[in-house]
Amino acid sequence: MQWISPRKLKRLGMLNMNRRNVDYIARYNDRSAYPLVDNKLKTKLIMEEYGVNTPKLFQVVRQQHEISHFRELVQDLSGFAIKPAKGSGGKGITVVTGRDGDQFVKASGAAIGTDVLERHLSNILAGLYSLAGSPDVAIVEDLVQCSPALARYSVEGVPDIRIVVFQGYPVMAMLRLATRASDGKANLHQGAVGVGLDIGTGKSLNAVQFNRPVSMHPDTGLPLENIAIEDWQTMLDMAARCYEATGLGYMGVDLVLDANQGPLLLELNARPGLAIQMANGRGLLPRLRHLEALKRPHFSPGERVRYVMDSFAAL
Amino acid sequence: MTTRSRAPFYIFVFLLIAAGIATAVWRHVEMGVPWSTGEQRPVWMIEARVDFEGLGEPARVNLHIPEQPPGFRIITEQAASPGYGFAIIEENGNRRAEWNKRNVSGEQTLYFKAQFVPDTDSGEQKPEQKPRPQPEFWEEPEATAVRELLSQARERSSTPESMTRELIRLLQPGSETQNTTLLVSEDNYLPLMVRMLNHAGIAARTADGLRLEDARRRQPLLPFLQIHNGEQWLTFNPRTGEQGVPENLLLWRQGSESLLDVMGGDDSRVSFSMLRQTVPALQLATMEANDNGLGVLGFYQLPIEEQSMFRMLLLLPLGALIVAFMRIVVGIRTSGTFMPVLIAIAFVQTTLAPGLIAFLSVVAIGLLLRGYLSSLNLLLVSRISALIILVIFITAGLSIIGYQMGFNTGMTVTFFPMVIIAWTIERMSILWEEEGAHEVLVQGSGSLFVAICAYLAMDAPLARHLTFNFPELHLVVLGLILLMGQYTGYKLSELRRFTPMKAYD
Repeated sequence: MQWISPRKLKRLGMLNMNRRNVDYIARYNDRSAYPLVDNKLKTKLIMEEYGVNTPKLFQVVRQQHEISHFRELVQDLSGFAIKPAKGSGGKGITVVTGRDGDQFVKASGAAIGTDVLERHLSNILAGLYSLAGSPDVAIVEDLVQCSPALARYSVEGVPDIRIVVFQGYPVMAMLRLATRASDGKANLHQGAVGVGLDIGTGKSLNAVQFNRPVSMHPDTGLPLENIAIEDWQTMLDMAARCYEATGLGYMGVDLVLDANQGPLLLELNARPGLAIQMANGRGLLPRLRHLEALKRPHFSPGERVRYVMDSFAAL
Repeated sequence: MTTRSRAPFYIFVFLLIAAGIATAVWRHVEMGVPWSTGEQRPVWMIEARVDFEGLGEPARVNLHIPEQPPGFRIITEQAASPGYGFAIIEENGNRRAEWNKRNVSGEQTLYFKAQFVPDTDSGEQKPEQKPRPQPEFWEEPEATAVRELLSQARERSSTPESMTRELIRLLQPGSETQNTTLLVSEDNYLPLMVRMLNHAGIAARTADGLRLEDARRRQPLLPFLQIHNGEQWLTFNPRTGEQGVPENLLLWRQGSESLLDVMGGDDSRVSFSMLRQTVPALQLATMEANDNGLGVLGFYQLPIEEQSMFRMLLLLPLGALIVAFMRIVVGIRTSGTFMPVLIAIAFVQTTLAPGLIAFLSVVAIGLLLRGYLSSLNLLLVSRISALIILVIFITAGLSIIGYQMGFNTGMTVTFFPMVIIAWTIERMSILWEEEGAHEVLVQGSGSLFVAICAYLAMDAPLARHLTFNFPELHLVVLGLILLMGQYTGYKLSELRRFTPMKAYD
C-alpha cells in the first residue's frame, strides 16, 4: 500500500475534499443557485438565455400519463437520450443510438423494447435517480453526434470536456473518455479515462484511469498524448459565461463537441470532483489562490478567458 | 463570499469544551458523581434499638436522632416497628423519632436505622442563638470547693477552652485535691462539670457519641462535654480533656436534653449496632441528588423508564462523533450518512456477533428478494413499501426459526430499524446495478466498519457511565464535532488516492 505525505500534497497544491467543501463550495456557491444546476431542465433553459448552446430538447415528461406521448414521439426518432432532470453523476441516463425494427439499440449495443424505456421513465418520475429521492421529471433530448476526431478515443459513449470554473475564470480542464469499464459513462470514478488539458491550448497533458496514470486508451489502445481540442477558446468562453448565468463561484461545466453544432453544454455541477487534478498532474490551489488574490477582476467572459489562457500555463 | 474571521468560532468552541469539562469536574467534586463505574464509598449503617416494657396503656416513645453530626452526612433513615405509628418530628430545633401505639403491653422492641457517610465538609453548625450561662446555686461546703477549684482553673488559663481543660484535669481522681474528693462521685461527674462551667460563665452541655467499629452490637453511647466558646460548640472528652471529635466518633445527641423519652412504658433502654458497608459511589450521588438542589442538573430525578431511554439517547452523540471522524478525517465511505450509528445502536441491544449475523442475513435475503421486485416494474414508493414489509417478514422468519432451533439470539433481529434496513437494501441494490458489486462491497463494509467502531465506543462501560452521569460532557463532543467541521486538511484516504501525484513532485 502506497502513501503520499501530506506535505508533498501541499507542495503540489492539491485541493482536497474537506477544503473544497469548506473554503470553496460553501464560501462561493450560494445555496439558492443550486436548483439551477441540480436540475438539468432549468440549466438548459437559463443557458439558452445566455447564448450557450445545449442539445435540442424534444420532450419533457412530467407526469406518469405523459409517457404515452413519449411513445408517439419516438416513433420517428432514431437517436435520443433520456435523462432525469435532477440526476447526478450520470445516473439514470439512457442513450438510444438507433433502431432495430421495434427495438431500440442502446449505446452499448443492447437492444431493448419500448416497455423497458417506459419503465425507465416511470422510475425517473418517481425520483429513483434524483438526489433526495424527490419526484423528478424526465428530459428527452437530441443525441449528440460527437465530432469524429474525438469520438474515436471513446468507447460506447460520448467523450465530454469538464472545465472547472472559479469566479467566472476557467481554471482547469480535462477530457473524459468513456471506457468499457465505465459502461459508456464519462464518469471518472466509474472507470472513465481522464485526460488533462492545457488550459492555454486545449492540448492533452496526462491521462488517468481509476486514479492511476495511463498512456493509452485501455480499450482502443490509441495513444492519448497528442489530442488537441477544436474550438478550444469557444469552449472556455461558454464555460466562463456559465458564471454570469448561475452566479456559482465554484463549479464544473460539462461540454461536448458536436459534429454539426460545435460545442454544446451538457450540464453543470456545483460540486465538481477532484480527480481533474490528477489528470492534469497539478493541484488546483495555486490557480484558485492566484484568482482570489486578483486585485482587479475582469468583467467580461472573453477577457477572463484571455487572461487564463495567457497566464495559467505556469501555474 | 466574505471571509469572516474564525477567531470567534474557535473561542466559542473553546468555551463550549471548557464549560463541559468544568461542569463535569464541579459535579464530581461537589456532588461526588464518580468518574468510573466501580468506585465504592464506605457507609456506616447504624441501628438504634429501643427496648421497653409495655404497661398495657397508650405508649409514646420519643428518641433523639442526629441531624447534622460533625464529620458525617445522613443519606437514608428508616424505622422498623410493627404496629406503631411512626413520624420524625422537629422540636425546638431537635429532630426526634416518635413511635405511638394505642395499647402496649409486654416486651417491646423498636428499631431506627440510618446510613451515614463520612464527609469532612459537613458539620457546619446551624447558626443558633448564643447560649447564656446562668450562675448556679451551691450549698456549703460545695460552694467553697467549687469557688476554689474554679479560681484555681481560671488562674492557669486564658480562654474558655483552656479553662475547660484545666478544670477537667483538676477534677480527675488522680489529682487528689481535697476539693475534688468532696465534690466528685462516680455518677455525678459530668453534670457537675456542666454546672461548674456554667457557674464560671462558660455555656456547657453534654453530648452523646458513638464509637464506630465495624460489626459491633449493643454499643452504649459515650458521654462528651461540649462548651460554647462564643462562636461555636466545642467537644471535649470529659476524662482526658482532649478537644475535638475523633474521626471514628459519631455524635448522636448534641444540644437536646434527653436521648429517650418513653411514656406508657417501663425499663426502657437504647442500644446501638453498627455495620460498615460499601455502596457504589454512583448510588450515593444519585441518592444525594434527590434531596439536593443540584440534582436538577442530572437525570436522576426522572422516572426510571425515561432514564433508561436517555441512557440510549445520550449514546447517540458518541456515535455521531465517530461517524464524523471516520468520514471527515479518515475518509471511509458509508452508505447513508448516519445509517452506521443506527446499526450500532441496534448492535448495542443485540451484542456484536449475533447482531452482525442477523444484520447480514437480513440484508442478504433482502437483496435477493429486491432482485425479484425490480423485475416487477414497480413505482419507487410502492417498491420501498413492499421492501419494508418483506424485511419485517424476514426478521419475523429469522426470529421464529432461530427460536425453534434453540437460539434465543434469533429474537434480537427485531431491534434493527426496519425502515432503515429497507432503504439500505434499496440503495445497495441500485448501487449494485449502477456501479457494480465492488462499490457495494466498499460502501457496505465501510458502513459496517464504522458501525462496529461506533458500537465499540458506545458499548464501553466507561462511555455509558460518562454519557449518562455527566451529560454536560456532550458539550465537549459538540465542540469536537464543530471543530471537525472546520477541518480542511487531507483525509487519510486521500493520501492514498493521490499517491500517483508523486510523479509530478
